[in-house]
Amino acid sequence: MTLSECLDRLFPGGHTVNVDGDVVAGEGHGASGRVALIGTTGHAPIGVETALALAQHVLRVMQTWPGAPILLLVDNAGQRLSRRDELLANNGYLAHLAKCLEVARTRGHQILSLVYDQAISGGFLAAGMIADRTYAVPEARIHVMNLPAMSRITQIPLERLESLCASSPVFAPGVRSFVKLGIVEEVWENDLSRSLNDALADRSNDDRRAETGFARGGRLLAADVARRVEAAGR
Amino acid sequence: MNAPDDIPYGSAAPLRESYLEASARERAHGLCDAGSFVEWLDPRARMTSPHLAALDVPVAFDDGIVTGEGRLAQQRVFVAAQEGRFMGGAVGEIHGAKLTGLLRRAAHEKPAAVVLMLETGGVRLHEANAGLVAISEIQRAVFDARHAGVPVIVLIGGGNGCYGGMGIVARCCDAIVMSEAGRLSVSGPEVIETAQGVEEFDAKDRALVWRTMGGKHRYLLGEIDCLVDDDLDAFRTAAAAFLDRPSRLDLDAVQAEHARLVERLARFGACDDARDVWAELGIDDPSTLTELDTAEFLARIPARTAHEDGRDDAL
Repeated sequence: MTLSECLDRLFPGGHTVNVDGDVVAGEGHGASGRVALIGTTGHAPIGVETALALAQHVLRVMQTWPGAPILLLVDNAGQRLSRRDELLANNGYLAHLAKCLEVARTRGHQILSLVYDQAISGGFLAAGMIADRTYAVPEARIHVMNLPAMSRITQIPLERLESLCASSPVFAPGVRSFVKLGIVEEVWENDLSRSLNDALADRSNDDRRAETGFARGGRLLAADVARRVEAAGR
Repeated sequence: MNAPDDIPYGSAAPLRESYLEASARERAHGLCDAGSFVEWLDPRARMTSPHLAALDVPVAFDDGIVTGEGRLAQQRVFVAAQEGRFMGGAVGEIHGAKLTGLLRRAAHEKPAAVVLMLETGGVRLHEANAGLVAISEIQRAVFDARHAGVPVIVLIGGGNGCYGGMGIVARCCDAIVMSEAGRLSVSGPEVIETAQGVEEFDAKDRALVWRTMGGKHRYLLGEIDCLVDDDLDAFRTAAAAFLDRPSRLDLDAVQAEHARLVERLARFGACDDARDVWAELGIDDPSTLTELDTAEFLARIPARTAHEDGRDDAL
C-alpha cells in the first residue's frame, strides 16, 4: 500500500505529513483525536541518519505534544547494510531510537505501529516491533531474510526451506506467520480509520506477544519457558 | 597477551583465565563469587529446540544459553551467558525466552544487577520469526528491569562478537564492558559483504573487521563503558563496579545521548575508516593503536569526561 493511500484511508478527516527523504512525520486527524505520525517510506534502509531523524521526531513529540498517541508508519529494507554505518555504530543509533520510544511510553504516549508496506529484520525490530502493539495491512511484506540468503547461510537446500514454509509459521516469511506468532496483533483491512480507533481504545502496553502467539498456536514454547525461568529454584 | 615478563617465578601473579576461550558455563561460574552460581533450567531440563530438530540440525539441552543467579562481590546478581559454540550463540525461541524470563524475574526480585554475557550472531535463522520477536521481547524486558531500578550490565568478549538485534539490545542496557577481542555491531561483516559486495566490506580482512567493530574503536566512540583485558577476572571486577548503579532512562538521558550522536555524525560522518576517526580524535599515529595492549591503549587516548550520571562520555 502506498503511503498516501495508507494516510487517506487512516485519516479521512485529514492529515498533515511531511516527507523528508525517506523519513515521514506529521499528524493525522482521527475520529478520536489527533495522532502523531512518525515513520519511513520508499523501503528505507535504516542507517544512522534515518534512525537519528526518527529519534528527533520522537523527542519533538514528547516535548511539544505531551501524551499524544504515536503511530509508527513502517516501510523499510531492514537496517542499512554498510561498513560506514557500522563504523559509526548503527546499533547504537537504532538503540537510541528504541530508548526514545521507551521513554515516550513511560511518559504516557501510546505507541502503535502499522506495517503498511515492508518490514525487514533489524528495521522491523527498531522501528516497528518496539511499539506497544504492531499491526499490518494484508499486502504487507514482513520477513527476517529472503529464502535464498537463508539457504546460503544455514547451508540447508532452498527446496527444503520452501517446504518448511508451508508448515512452520516460526520460519515462513509473511504477514500470516507474524500474526500467528503474536508479533502482529491484527491485520487491518477495509476501514483502517476504524481499526486505528479500536486499537487506540486499548490503553494497555504490557508485552503479551508470547501469550498471544501461544493462544494462536504459532509459538508454543516462549511463554512457558519464560515462566519456568521466573519460577526456577523457588 | 600482555602479561609482564618481569615477574619472578613463584610470585603472586594471578593466573589469568581467558574470557574468550571460556565456555558460557565457565564464564557464568567464573563471574560469580566462588561456588555461588546456581543454574536455572540447566541441561537436565532438556530444553531443546524442536525447530532445529525439524531440520535435522543438532540441538543443545540448554538451547545455547546458561541462566541463573549467583553472588558478585557478595551481592545477588542474575546472570545469562550465551554459548558461542552452539550455533554462534544465535537466538531461537527457547534461548530468547530464557533471557526474557530472567529479566522479568529481575524486575520483580530486584537483584543488585543482571549481567548479560552476550556472544551471538543475532537471530537464529532456522527459527527466524520466533528469534526476531524473542529479541524484541528481550529488549522490552531489559527496559522493564531498568525501570524497576535493576542495572543491566553487558559483557562482550567472546569469539563470535555481539551482532544483529542483540547488538541493539546491548546498547539498550545500562553499561557495556568489552575486551578488544569482542565485536559489537548490528550487521556483521559477512552479511554486509554478501549483500553489498567485497568492495563494501571484505569480511576476510580481520584487521578491518576489528578496527571497525572491535572493543578499542567502540571505546573511542563512547559506545561502551569499559575496555578490559581478555581476562575473566578483569570482566568480573569491571562488572562489579556497576552493581546498584542504574543509569537513567528518562527524557534528559535520551536528549543527552541524542546530542552526542548528532555530534558524532557531524564529526565522523565523512570518515571512511576507523583510523580517520581516531586521527580526528587527535590521536597521534593512529595506525599504531591496534598494536597496544589495554593499559597502553588507555594511557594513549584522550581522557574521557565523567558524565553526571557517573558514566563516561565520549563521542
